[in-house]
Amino acid sequence: MGVHVRSTVNGDAVEFTCPEDEVLLDVLRNRLGLTGAKEGCGTGDCGACSVILDGRLVCSCLVLGAEMDGKVVETIEGMADGAKLHPLQQHFIDGAALQCGVCTPGFLMAADALLRKNPDPTEEEIRFGLAGNLCRCTGYDKIVRAVQAAAKEMRG
Amino acid sequence: MRYEMPTTAKAAAGLLAKEKGRAFVLAGGTDLLVKMKAGVVEPDLIVDIKAIKGMKDIKKSAGGFVIGAAVPCVALSENAALTKAWPGVVEAANLIGSKQVQGRCTMSGNLCNASPAADSVPALIAAGAKVSIISAKGSRKVAVEDVTTGVGRTSLKKGEFVTAIELPAKKPKSGDAYLRFIPRTEMDIAVVSCAVNVSLDAKGMITKARVVLGAVAITALLVKDAASAIVGTKLDDAAKAKLAAACSAACKPIDDKRGTVEFRTEVAGVLARRAAEIAYARAGGKQ
Amino acid sequence: MSLDSMNPALVEKHFKVIGTRVARPDGVDKVTGRARYGADAAMPGQLVGLVLRSPHAHAQIVKIDISKAVKLAGVKAVITSADFPDHTQGDRGMMDILENCMARGKALYDGHAVAAVAAIDAATARKALKLINVTYKILPHVTDVDEALQIHAPVLHPHIYTEGLSEKPTAASNWNKHGEYGHGDVDAGFKEADMVISRSYKTEQTHQGYIEPHSALASVSPDGSAEMFVCTQGHFVYRNQCATLLGLDANKLRVTASEIGGGFGGKTHVWAEPLALALSRKANRPVKLTMSREEVFRCTGPTSSTSIDVKIGAKKDGTITAAWAELRYQGGCFPSNWAELGAMTAFACYDLKNVKTVSKDAVVNRPKTAAYRAPSAPMAAFAVENTIDEVAKAIGMDPIDFRIKNAAKQGTKSSYGPVYGPIGIGPTLEAAKNHPHMKAPLGKNMGRGMACGFWFNFGGQTCVDVNVTPDGNVTIAQGTIDVGGSRASIAMAVAEELGVTYNQVRSIIADTSSLGHNDMTDGSRGTFSTSKAAIFAARNAITVLRDRAAKIWEIPASEVEWRDGAAHAKGVNHGNRTPLSLKEIAAQAGQTGGPIAGHAETVADNAGVSFATHIADVETDPETGRSLIKRYTVIQDAGKAMHPSYVEGQYQGGAAQGIGWALNEEYVYGKDGRLQNAAFLDYRIPVCSDLPFIDTQILEIPNPNHPYGVRGVGETSIVPPLAAVSIAVTNATGVRQTHIPMSPPRVLKSLKTKKK
Repeated sequence: MGVHVRSTVNGDAVEFTCPEDEVLLDVLRNRLGLTGAKEGCGTGDCGACSVILDGRLVCSCLVLGAEMDGKVVETIEGMADGAKLHPLQQHFIDGAALQCGVCTPGFLMAADALLRKNPDPTEEEIRFGLAGNLCRCTGYDKIVRAVQAAAKEMRG
Repeated sequence: MRYEMPTTAKAAAGLLAKEKGRAFVLAGGTDLLVKMKAGVVEPDLIVDIKAIKGMKDIKKSAGGFVIGAAVPCVALSENAALTKAWPGVVEAANLIGSKQVQGRCTMSGNLCNASPAADSVPALIAAGAKVSIISAKGSRKVAVEDVTTGVGRTSLKKGEFVTAIELPAKKPKSGDAYLRFIPRTEMDIAVVSCAVNVSLDAKGMITKARVVLGAVAITALLVKDAASAIVGTKLDDAAKAKLAAACSAACKPIDDKRGTVEFRTEVAGVLARRAAEIAYARAGGKQ
Repeated sequence: MSLDSMNPALVEKHFKVIGTRVARPDGVDKVTGRARYGADAAMPGQLVGLVLRSPHAHAQIVKIDISKAVKLAGVKAVITSADFPDHTQGDRGMMDILENCMARGKALYDGHAVAAVAAIDAATARKALKLINVTYKILPHVTDVDEALQIHAPVLHPHIYTEGLSEKPTAASNWNKHGEYGHGDVDAGFKEADMVISRSYKTEQTHQGYIEPHSALASVSPDGSAEMFVCTQGHFVYRNQCATLLGLDANKLRVTASEIGGGFGGKTHVWAEPLALALSRKANRPVKLTMSREEVFRCTGPTSSTSIDVKIGAKKDGTITAAWAELRYQGGCFPSNWAELGAMTAFACYDLKNVKTVSKDAVVNRPKTAAYRAPSAPMAAFAVENTIDEVAKAIGMDPIDFRIKNAAKQGTKSSYGPVYGPIGIGPTLEAAKNHPHMKAPLGKNMGRGMACGFWFNFGGQTCVDVNVTPDGNVTIAQGTIDVGGSRASIAMAVAEELGVTYNQVRSIIADTSSLGHNDMTDGSRGTFSTSKAAIFAARNAITVLRDRAAKIWEIPASEVEWRDGAAHAKGVNHGNRTPLSLKEIAAQAGQTGGPIAGHAETVADNAGVSFATHIADVETDPETGRSLIKRYTVIQDAGKAMHPSYVEGQYQGGAAQGIGWALNEEYVYGKDGRLQNAAFLDYRIPVCSDLPFIDTQILEIPNPNHPYGVRGVGETSIVPPLAAVSIAVTNATGVRQTHIPMSPPRVLKSLKTKKK
């Protein structure tokens, strides 16, 4: 039983077998050891499990592992370039844009997806771009500012 | 549970027809997987249609647009011609869920999930959209308003599935708009919604209108009285008042955790007025 | 503890580390996905635990048949209340906690646990739950606080007789506690008034809404020792409670706290953790039990829904002559004292001659409530501040001037008893009055509201170890959970004391077998109490360092002083000695007496009360009743902001939670007593696009009872928003808003009353 899947995760070729009804989030966390994506709801309402799938931001709780054959997945574990943090990661730390941090991986993936599409977003575009990610600690203030600062740095 | 990813529509239809247990079509999965998580549905077979040729394409022709059943809603807004022709439809589709959900969810799924609060459905009905349905026996086309028959129920027969949604070509001096009411600015299900599509004559008089309400009955409501209220007018205040009253009168809502009968009935009229103003302006009308 | 440590003059000293915005030690792990939260750990051979829960609000459990579930292949343990013999020794509070973890005889709310299973995987565990057959006899239920207090309401517990009345009641009821606070003569006060306003208010139940669901990984060994990796605000408290409930020795249960994905009070006592331990004990395998989001909403501890009456009288000159309130709070299905806390906080911002508050705590068929950030105060402030606003307007006075005139100050006898020391209510009000926000023009359909809030703050039991490493750096073991950056703040305090850089100091959260008991991180105590203990521990370490330097120099320790990270010899005989740095002393520790450390244990009393004033601008659509926050300002006294970014973060986060509560968050129960919106989809916490930037202004009125003047800052920020936002909506619409949340249907309906 189960589906045999080959895909690329953070640039690495991976191979796994999972039950037909297992979601990508569980594959990442329980089969591939990538626990950076979190299950905050399991229903696509909180964004804590956000990953980038073939270039599109998705909730990994709303994707089946079985669908992954031949697909390319990017997760928080692949965001930094070795020891060098991505500008978004660095600005989240410097700008105190995280408190408990459980939503942070999802926010970083969502912000990354936003900036790839729109390198110079307005405050409103950032707020709506991140509306699928819930944060209960920060009131979003420092998150939006960190994304603005990272975007500015990335534009050079 | 079995998972199949056929490469032709015919094969998909065959799998669905053959399955004796509960079979579900998977496009974006943003409704299906939530229901599976909650234990509301336990599929025996899932047929993923994303590998079928054309399912992820948007095709433009003289006759309009053909939108494959697996086109994620975010791709609609990335299509400039579609966005220009049917801004109301694209806006409606882009209100479904979050950016994350947008990357997966489809209008066909939104339609077949058959929720009374589906965002894209009123806009599609207002636009006069049709759906292509295929089965092992052949294919057929029906109007979008003929698909949903009740909460979670559609007119699709066993073995049938939607392959595409077809939007007509945009008529000159026409415009559409969709508005929904939600308590927050994002991430909510529509408490009440309204789509309006109008065509104008050279003088700005409304010649044709389609007004559709969502989340106020078991299916989206095409409100003929609301359309007649504004046809033959330049959307003056009296016409808007008649429109709002017709919409409120057509509502058959329920009290639930998202809103009350009273609230939905009143706000349906408010949204109809506001959506009509946008659609009228998009059609080139000046108030 | 040395006397100078309590000297407020120290607060004036020039800090080198305190007040800077250093990077948190857990930052890189949290932005790279490496940080381990409750569900992120694994043990060899672990099983999956799942809980079967009552679908009924109130029901007798006639029979539980687990025989089929037990036989299912892959099921390793099935437990019910029969697996929890009573070890509570008559402690009714502990028994309530146990009964909440697993129903005993009666299911008291929709979601109450009735059985649990451990199986080799989630699919098997889910199947096993379906095979458990529970026979219920459904009983009448009550979920509303006012209905629960009615004479004919269904009674939840036959053993509850109202506490706090002068005569013991003759019958059991849902009214578990009566309380009274205040001073003076309110009847006489109301007679003196030129204007008296009475109003009734309601607030609905809300949840802390932390993003991380509860998760515990438990392993009980046949020799009676056990370990647990768990997300919690207080792993020592979890250790103590679990040990008691399972009959384990506390020293044999080692609890390690995971990173915590938010708590806000909701992770202050145990929910499913004892079940994970009991399953592990029965299965003889590690068990991981992680709640679903639905379980978090249905089965953990939200805050109370309330019903509050307020009456305030004032003279035309703006003097409040009397203030009275009755506060009725439901605490869920077990006794609580949330109404009492509400009664204590209700009028705490004001200097009142005549004040009286009455509290009524009730049980209902809802989940056992837990603390939620300044528990009970936001609802009381909502009711009181609205009435204050109305009285001010009725006598023709600006509401901010009215508040300034009546604000409590140093020496005021508070409405709940104690006399205040130096406090910040007056300064926050003056700052609000002078804030540019107050003068900014308002657009169409907009209204502005301002309101004040108070929270006690708490200290509690704390201990800290400071250890100097052989290479001259410093580690700290703290026992309070870091919920908002306290590891950084504690390291800053120790760096400040030792005179070294922040980067030389690193703090970790020690497990329960590595430190003495620590109270949990609640009551805004984390940074206040832990930094206090850490400062004392660092000073004890400095004593050791001075001794070692004295030994190296062969001079008396009294002739060595510590400054700028080094020992300095003092006095005419030794003045020419080169100072010995921490690094140099550490390197010789093996020759001078062994490892260098400082320890401190304290009950950190006198946390220093906290006050805030908030300003909110709201735009309300008159045709739909929907309100949007257009501008928001938080002004709060921090005592001393150790890490200003994290203080701002607490102000902004609390305000955002309060805004969500004010506008959209609420538990919706059906007539069947079942919770209808146990998901983030319909339990609507604010999303990013709902909020503007939240401006903050930190005031620093030193707390004389902390070496640096620190006060707790975590909770007060949630107290004013319900009031500030509702007053803003009132001003935008012209209709007094008396029911929280101000959801669009509720506001639109209220506007109808105006039209009539």
